[in-house]
Amino acid sequence: MKVELRETPFDPLAELARYQADQQAMQGQYGATAIFIGTLRDYNEQRSVTGMTLEHYPGMTERYLQRIVAAAISQWPVLDALLIHRYGALQPNDPIVLVAVWSAHRSAAFAACRWIMEELKSKAPFWKREQTPTGPHWVTHNTPG
Amino acid sequence: MAIHIKYFASLRDRLGRAEDQLSPAGAITAGEVWAILWPETPLPSNTLIAINMEYAEPAQPVHDGDEVAFFPPVTGG
Repeated sequence: MKVELRETPFDPLAELARYQADQQAMQGQYGATAIFIGTLRDYNEQRSVTGMTLEHYPGMTERYLQRIVAAAISQWPVLDALLIHRYGALQPNDPIVLVAVWSAHRSAAFAACRWIMEELKSKAPFWKREQTPTGPHWVTHNTPG
Repeated sequence: MAIHIKYFASLRDRLGRAEDQLSPAGAITAGEVWAILWPETPLPSNTLIAINMEYAEPAQPVHDGDEVAFFPPVTGG
């Protein structure tokens, strides 16, 4: 299991390939990999978005991300999980979050991946501040998904 | 010793500062921390509270040396 916060842009598919190749114990064991990648759009709720600052609570954010991923691994028969989340200044098209879950069969991988994302969105202390052509504003709520 | 208070995101912007310190005379709850520091500003109803980086309720006690954070609903992912 790996949980990481990143201040700089990252390539989720390259991270995924590297992590997967490094997990010796998992080789030959996984039949399913569920992946979620969240990416910054250039619009949100009918407004154009030119950039975003993602604030977090150093210490608490890491603690909750670790706890959420560990809880998913204990709730489902999951072999391993990887979570990378950005903070700081983002541009449209920047990946915001990567969640990858490996399991023997698809059911656990899909369920755990979805659950990690929903838990993260309701519990991990992050706050989005969007830049728009009319000025910056704080995002006040999550979209229904 | 003192209680360390942090504010994040839109709440920090609205209050105009990121941190406070408080040395109360006796036992105190997280909600009372807010009420002492912001007597004219009721705690916004959707505000989340954390004590030592764990989510907490307003009635939860706060002790010397604790860190209490107040922040708006989270919007990560």
